[in-house]
Formats: sequence, structure tokens, C-alpha cells
Amino acid sequence: MPKASAGPEIERLIQLLARLPGLGPRSARRAALHLVKKREQLLGPLADATRAAAERIVTCSVCGNIDTSDPCAICSDQERDPRIIVVVEDVADLWALERAGVLNARYHVLGGVLSPLDGIGPDDLNITGLVGRAAEGGVEEIIIALNATVDGQTTAHYLTDSLRHLPVKITRLAHGVPVGGELDYLDEGTLGAALRSRTAF
Amino acid sequence: MVEGVPVEQAPVGGGFPRARVVRLGLTDFRSYDTLSITTDAPLVALSGDNGAGKTNILEALSLFTPGRGLRRAELGRMLRHGATGFSVFAALDRGGCEPAVNLGVGLQPDPEGGRATRLCRIDGDTVSSPAAFAEYLRLVWLTPDLDALFRGPAGDRRRFLDRLVLAVDSGHGSRVAALERATRSRNRLLEEGARDPRWLDAVEREIAELGIAVAVARAETVTRLAGLIARARNNDSPFPDAGLALEGETDALVVQHPALEAEDVYRERLRNERGRDRAAGRTLFGPQASDLVVRHAPKDIPAGEASTGEQKALLIGLVLAHAGLVRSMTGHAPIVLLDEVAAHLDTARRAALYRLLADIGGQVWMTGADPALFADLPEGSLHLAIAGGTASPRI
Repeated sequence: MPKASAGPEIERLIQLLARLPGLGPRSARRAALHLVKKREQLLGPLADATRAAAERIVTCSVCGNIDTSDPCAICSDQERDPRIIVVVEDVADLWALERAGVLNARYHVLGGVLSPLDGIGPDDLNITGLVGRAAEGGVEEIIIALNATVDGQTTAHYLTDSLRHLPVKITRLAHGVPVGGELDYLDEGTLGAALRSRTAF
Repeated sequence: MVEGVPVEQAPVGGGFPRARVVRLGLTDFRSYDTLSITTDAPLVALSGDNGAGKTNILEALSLFTPGRGLRRAELGRMLRHGATGFSVFAALDRGGCEPAVNLGVGLQPDPEGGRATRLCRIDGDTVSSPAAFAEYLRLVWLTPDLDALFRGPAGDRRRFLDRLVLAVDSGHGSRVAALERATRSRNRLLEEGARDPRWLDAVEREIAELGIAVAVARAETVTRLAGLIARARNNDSPFPDAGLALEGETDALVVQHPALEAEDVYRERLRNERGRDRAAGRTLFGPQASDLVVRHAPKDIPAGEASTGEQKALLIGLVLAHAGLVRSMTGHAPIVLLDEVAAHLDTARRAALYRLLADIGGQVWMTGADPALFADLPEGSLHLAIAGGTASPRI
């Protein structure tokens, strides 16, 4: 075990930074040093922002999104189409779809996908909330935007089954050719999926 | 269905892009600190004492395809003792007007001290997975591990078959892995006692889709391979024809029904057999219960009942036919890796083997302990002596 090269406050900062995704001990050290050097411009504001976020962050009781108000900014936005709900696994996926900015709909964050091997079942996910929202009326379409993995697709089947009794159209994202992609470079599975879900011109 | 070009009608040499490894470089790989082999030979023979590191060279080449290579070892085990990373470099000559390409695969230590990661590079650019190499080369191999294939458990033959499928259908590996995961999920749910039948329904729907896709892909490869063997039939060949068939309930299902109907039947069966599967602790129905049945065609007996020598000859014939199939379906004459194959053959059979290998038009790397095995190599071949971590041409 190497000896600590800085005081306990800085060491603690490094240890915490190292727990962030994408940062290891070495890059955490670099980041800490950068923060310490930019105490006024960066370290102070970051500390304030972190504290403010820690105090105010809540999970939206409607859709499961993370925000500083409940309901979240998306759920309370009157401009959004209340007839469409997009189901995503995680807040990161919600953000990705928002970045694309093509849909002015509401969301529902499941908080994971069904995975018996990881001990995640229907009760661990925000599924009852989704069925409740769909049953309330006013919802016409539910778009299932889950990953094309075994667990993602199993969850999609489960949701379809759970919503079957409601007069709601259930759709899922298309699988196939990426925008700007060349057919020549696609694997056979993707090409097959693209052919199966082809659309009329 | 795309009809394959039979081997005997295919143009030899010029018609297909051939991939030849013209330079192979190993760093910190297994027994080698550094090794460099430069060649333009279509046939490369490696001879040397047991443990000299001949198979290590074949294993290095086998990393240019998805999976764990021909020993099915973890990448971490391929590190030279004391090293933290390894690299394998291959410069490919693709003949004719195709540009040459440089491929690299390696294990890169994590500077932060975490898990080392597999690194794949094509012409200096990092690619996400070894599946990307499939555009430049295909690999087919035969190792002594397969000697007991016909007498051993059905699981070995399924794995062998899945490798054959993978060489012509690069999506097959992820399909099989996904089916395994979905099946394990179902077994877990059954074991825990299903609280929610809809959950089991959802998992079973996924299993049925994947299971039928796996069964269809296997059936297609077996049909094509059987067709190719039948067209190339030659009773004078020292490598007897193999009769191939898939045996299993799922395989019968995809023959009798179109895919969507087959999925419905599959789902129905899974639903009805939950009790039985719970008692068994595993899912009994599905492609995981299939078997590749191989017969010694000229004698019309099960391959497992043929003599040891005949089984070896049958296996070589099968691998050669597969190399032909890879060539006709992918347009790539494959690189063939033959580990300890020559030792089982007499002089006449070795000569026949070299002739057949030359017909495929790719490149062959083979090993053998006794240098005399390779005394009758065709002209233009390269024979290397492997000893003490070096490779030197034998004259």
C-alpha cells in the first residue's frame, strides 16, 4: 500500500472521484488535482452544485424520472403530448431520446429490466405505475424503447402482456439499418431484422 | 436460400479473394516473448518437440475470430509468464487487386489496474469486436481435442456444429449465447417457483424466438454441407464422405413448420412442460437437446463405430468440406489450422490431403512433432522448425 501523498481531505476527494464511472485511481488523482488548482472557478461551484443537487433531487412519482421537482419537468410540461408514453429502462435512455428531440411525448422509466439471473423481478420495476397510467385513460400509444438484449426483449414481452387488456396501441422501436449506415457493413442479424421491419415508401 | 458453389466447379485460386498471412508477429504470447514469421507460402508446416510452442502459433491465429480461440482458453491465460499484456499481429495479403490489410489482436492491461481488455485493430483503427475480422478472413480448424467427437457427448458435437455455423453466419454466436441466457433465466424462474406466470410467458416467448432461429441456422448449414459433400463425392478419396443429419425435436419442428408456426408450437410445449422441467432442473426441449448425427457414408455405419483411424479421416474430410462451404458461401477461401493432423496419415493420404488443401485455395498452417512428416510437402511450402521460442526454416 503506497503512503498517502496528500492530506486526508484531498485523499477523500480522490477516493470518491475514483468511484465515478469511467474514472480509475489515476484519472481520479488527475481530476482532483485539477479541481484543487481551480479552487475558485471549479471546486467551489462544483461543491455548491453537488450539495444543491443532493438536497433537492427526487424521483418523479409519475414516471420515475430524476429531477428536482415532483412531478418532473417533463411530466408537468403542458406542451407535451399526453397521449404517448415512451417506456425506457433507465434515465440515461430518457436523456438519449430527449437529446434526439424527435418526440414531444411523456416517458416512463422502469428502473431496470427483468433479469431472473440478477434477481430483478416485476415487483422491482416501476411496472404497476405504467399499467396505472395507461388505465387512467387519455393514453393512446405506448412505445417500448428497451434494449435489444435478451432481458430487454423479455421485459418488452412482459409489458405487452400486462397492457394487453387496455385499449392502448403498443409499439416498439424498429431494429435495423442505422442512419448513414452501409448495408455492406451490417451483420446478418441486423439485416434480417431490418428486412422484417421494412416500411412502405 | 442461396445455392452454394460446389467445390469441384469453383475456380481454383483466382476466383476467390484469398487471405494469406504473410507476416505473423507475436509479443508476450504464451511461450514467445517475440516471434516473427514472414512467408507467402500457401502451406506452412511447423515441426518441433512436444511443448516447443507449435500449437501456440495456431492459437494466436485463431484469435482473429470471435470466441476464445482453438484451445477455448481465457485470454489472460495466453500471457507469457510475467507479462501484463500480449499482442498478435497479422499482415494479410488478399491476392489480386485487393489491398493488403493489417490485423491486430491483443490483451491490453488496464492502466488503472482493472481488468485487462481485448483489443482488436484493423489497419491501425480499433474495432469493437473480433467479428469485424470476418470481412477479411475466415478460419477453420481441427485439433486433437476433436478426436473423440463422434463417440463423445452430444454437447461436443453441438459446439462443433455451432462453430461450423459461425464460420458462415457471423451472427450465430450471439444467437446461441442469447438463447443460453434466456434458458438459464427460465430455469431460475422455475426453480424459484413462478410468482408471476406472465413473467415465465415473456421469457418463454424470447426462448422460442431465439431457439427457432438457432435451429434454422443449424439446419441450413447442415443441409448445405451435406449437399456439398454429395456433389463432391469421390469414392477414391482417402477421406470418406460423412453423412450428416440433425437429430432433435426442435430440428424436426423447423422442418415441419414455417418459422412463426414453429415458434407457437415451441412456446406451447414450454408452457406445458414447466412441471417436468422444474423437476428436471433444466429446460429439456430446445436446440440444446439436439445432436449432430454423423455416419461413415461409404460403410453406412455410425461414425462412432468406425475405427479410430477412419474417424480421424472422416473428421478431416468434414473439415475440408466445411472449408469448401466457407469459401462458396462467404467468398473467402479460409485459413485452415490443422493441429497434429499429419501424424495420423500415411504418405499417400498426406499427399491427398495437401492436394485437397491446395484446391481450397486459402492458406494452411499445420503442426507435427516429427519433421519427417513434412518431407513430402508440395513445392512452395514453408517448413519451420520450432524450438526455444524461435522459428527457423528447415532446409
